[in-house]
Amino acid sequence: MALPKPDELLRDVNYDRMPAKHWMDTKPEFRPGAYCYAGKPSVVEELGLPFPREWQPHDEDWKLPPNWKEIVLNAIKDRAERFRSFKLFMDICVRCGACADKCHFFLGTGDPKNMPVLRAELLRSVVKGEFTRSGKLFGRLAGARKLTEDVIKEWFYYYYQCTECRRCSVFCPYGIDTAEITILAREILHEIGVNINWILEPVRNSAFIGNHIGLQPHTIQENIEFLLMDIEEITGLKIEVPINKKGAEILFVTPSADFFAEPGIYTFMGYVLLFHYLGLDYTISTYASEGGNFGFFTTHEMMRKLHAKIYHEAERLKVKWILGGECGHMWRVVHQYEDTMCGPAPSNLEVPKSPITGTVFEHAKSTKIVHICEFTADLIAHGKLQLDPSRNDNYVVTFHDSCNTSRGMGIFEEPRFILRHVVNNFYEMPENTIREKTFCCGSGSGLNTDEYMEIRMRGGFPRANAVEYVHEKYGVNMLACICAIDRAVLPPLMNYWVPEVQVCGVHELVGNALVIPGEKKRTTDLRFQPLKGVEEEENV
Amino acid sequence: MNVVAALIAVIGMVILVWLGVGVLKLYTLFGVVIPYAAFLTFLIGLVYRMVNWAKSPVPFKITTTCGQQKSLPWIRHSRLESPATNFEVFLRMALEVLAFRSLFRNLRADLRGRKLYYGSSKWLWLGAILFHWSFFIILVRHLRLFSYPVPGPIDLLDKVDSFFHIGLPHLYLTDVAILAGLTFLLLRRLVDAKVNYISHASDYFPLFLIFGLVISGMLMRYFFRVDITSVKELTMGLVTLHPKVPTGIGLIFYVHVFFISVLVAYFPFSKLVHMVGVFFSPTRNLPNDNRRVRHINPWWENVPPKFLTYCEWQEKFKEQLESAGQPIDEDCYKEKKES
Repeated sequence: MALPKPDELLRDVNYDRMPAKHWMDTKPEFRPGAYCYAGKPSVVEELGLPFPREWQPHDEDWKLPPNWKEIVLNAIKDRAERFRSFKLFMDICVRCGACADKCHFFLGTGDPKNMPVLRAELLRSVVKGEFTRSGKLFGRLAGARKLTEDVIKEWFYYYYQCTECRRCSVFCPYGIDTAEITILAREILHEIGVNINWILEPVRNSAFIGNHIGLQPHTIQENIEFLLMDIEEITGLKIEVPINKKGAEILFVTPSADFFAEPGIYTFMGYVLLFHYLGLDYTISTYASEGGNFGFFTTHEMMRKLHAKIYHEAERLKVKWILGGECGHMWRVVHQYEDTMCGPAPSNLEVPKSPITGTVFEHAKSTKIVHICEFTADLIAHGKLQLDPSRNDNYVVTFHDSCNTSRGMGIFEEPRFILRHVVNNFYEMPENTIREKTFCCGSGSGLNTDEYMEIRMRGGFPRANAVEYVHEKYGVNMLACICAIDRAVLPPLMNYWVPEVQVCGVHELVGNALVIPGEKKRTTDLRFQPLKGVEEEENV
Repeated sequence: MNVVAALIAVIGMVILVWLGVGVLKLYTLFGVVIPYAAFLTFLIGLVYRMVNWAKSPVPFKITTTCGQQKSLPWIRHSRLESPATNFEVFLRMALEVLAFRSLFRNLRADLRGRKLYYGSSKWLWLGAILFHWSFFIILVRHLRLFSYPVPGPIDLLDKVDSFFHIGLPHLYLTDVAILAGLTFLLLRRLVDAKVNYISHASDYFPLFLIFGLVISGMLMRYFFRVDITSVKELTMGLVTLHPKVPTGIGLIFYVHVFFISVLVAYFPFSKLVHMVGVFFSPTRNLPNDNRRVRHINPWWENVPPKFLTYCEWQEKFKEQLESAGQPIDEDCYKEKKES
């Protein structure tokens, strides 16, 4: 189905007009563009997940296992016993509605079940109806209902229409976190073989090859060599990237998209130029070649399985600490889960210390993993980088806070501090759309697939709308971010809503601005776009 | 439908009290037995609820960070929104519980054409603050019925609350405030399309119940005066565990007592437990110090992760590694021989 034009997409969206039918009586419509395809049987099987089979969400019969209901009810009980968050969040919502218009999917679809409160209620109603006496007694009056196959379909539709961005949890007076509910709902659905391929295939590739699209060790190297040739053409510098080097001081882990996909590759070129400038003793790994973790969007166990490789590799390579590239959910996993699920860190790791400034990163003294923006901000603050921000003068830049690094980590100042030093034109989007109130790209949590484009454009609308505002007001033409999914999905989002705006990683702009000893006079930026002023000079 | 069901339930209670006390003269049942039973249900239910939550572990430290993390020494971190220590968590929780910090952030989104606008929307916060604080003060004020002599602070609170000396007996400010708060919260549920759509009967029920409670209390004080000496005789009897039922207290008093009894008995088994639940919320009551202090997950502590190890991976991709000139780790073979 062709996507409607931007002016038409939201025509039917009205936040104050609700359906006449009670929400327990409405069913989702599995139309093209509004759901993701089911996991391929071979992928599901290889991962050892239950009930691999041929099925699609638009099928009438999902071929659920005969005892699906029992499995789901047991899974709910099990999660309530293992997660206080889940038990509590099922109990304490008062339906005050503060979260209602905070969700980007609600703002882009007007679908009441995208209000975080109702998204949670989809599960809460079943918990009440199947497990509590009052729910069994009073039914709908108490907001309770029975578990049916239609409920499963509804869960699938709406728990894969939540990007786990946690914006609602900022506004909730009890901190109820829909991401937590979605994570567990997806986990429960996996137990009856209900899943999506766009998440599971990258998980399979990460688990058995090393990264999302399954780049093998030699391919990663070839890609990097290709980027190094570009760097040489732009700067005249011959640079090498150490691969799987034992005894290096630092292991650098970044989302694999930075190796091969535009515009992530420019961000990668930025990292490489910075490390070269510093003479950093680092290595990348072709084994632990994925910072991103689609396991996080699958089950807690799968997240752990994928992430364990990083410490394992750090131990084998005998590095002293780990530096992490720009990535959103990777950093939620690193910050809030890694130490708990894979720690304590291997004993060869030390409290991270910048070899250039001597700064000891005390805040990462247990995990031993530092965010590249923390590392670079520290360098700039100590005056260790020679920067020429005018090389980014083609760009009027704004900064998109990624959900995970914002609400699951709190890294707000570091990237802004870097941006103010590497570009001359930086403008913030309106305050209700940035920092902890930032809007999701609309495609996070493994929903960045093409078959889902309509919902992605709707979900990304609030973000795009804020970009459009600064584009019109200040002429912003570059949207900087620190997330690989953002770099993959914001370009099509911009292309749809604000086509004049491009997308980049923060370290691409660092790479442009960095004045490196021995480099030739640069005439283009890392995208081979002529620098501002250069063309005119040549024409004179 | 939801509204009507909730309203009928509350009106039904008035009829029940009228039948029980007014017609059948069951003073002891409604004045002593039901209040005691309700209070016990409240205590046991609430303890059960808290123990039940506490029994489930907090496997991950999933703080919702609403401000700058503590990282580099020259960057000021947000002590309240991204607390780095337990003391800062205490401050964050205090602000949340006492001042409804998160509700204060509330925004309203409006879509005009293809443009979104956000406006500050503090009405919900104001309504909630009015309601909850008034309720709390009114409860504390009621302690004068359960103490003899009445402690100074409670007397003082009474004086402050009736400071303006409007009417006789003096009008309590909190009575006005709680009515205003309740009216707002109810109207909002009825009028706002979104909130209306998500509301169950069980959302209207406590509102009507508390409305009934407040109105019956106010009627007693300002309009149909009840014999306050008899009331105190009853309440003191309850609190000293020597209950006796004086005669001649008006029916309205029993309605009031029945409402509060139902409210406290209903409390632990309904959404009203948010009062204690908020203290358990892992997105609010944990510090954002994840990379500094390791958080333990009890159900994973002695379960090592299962994954493809480097050596297994090297075996799989040996050819590619060799052809690309990437180092082969000989230790993989050493370990094998040793084991």
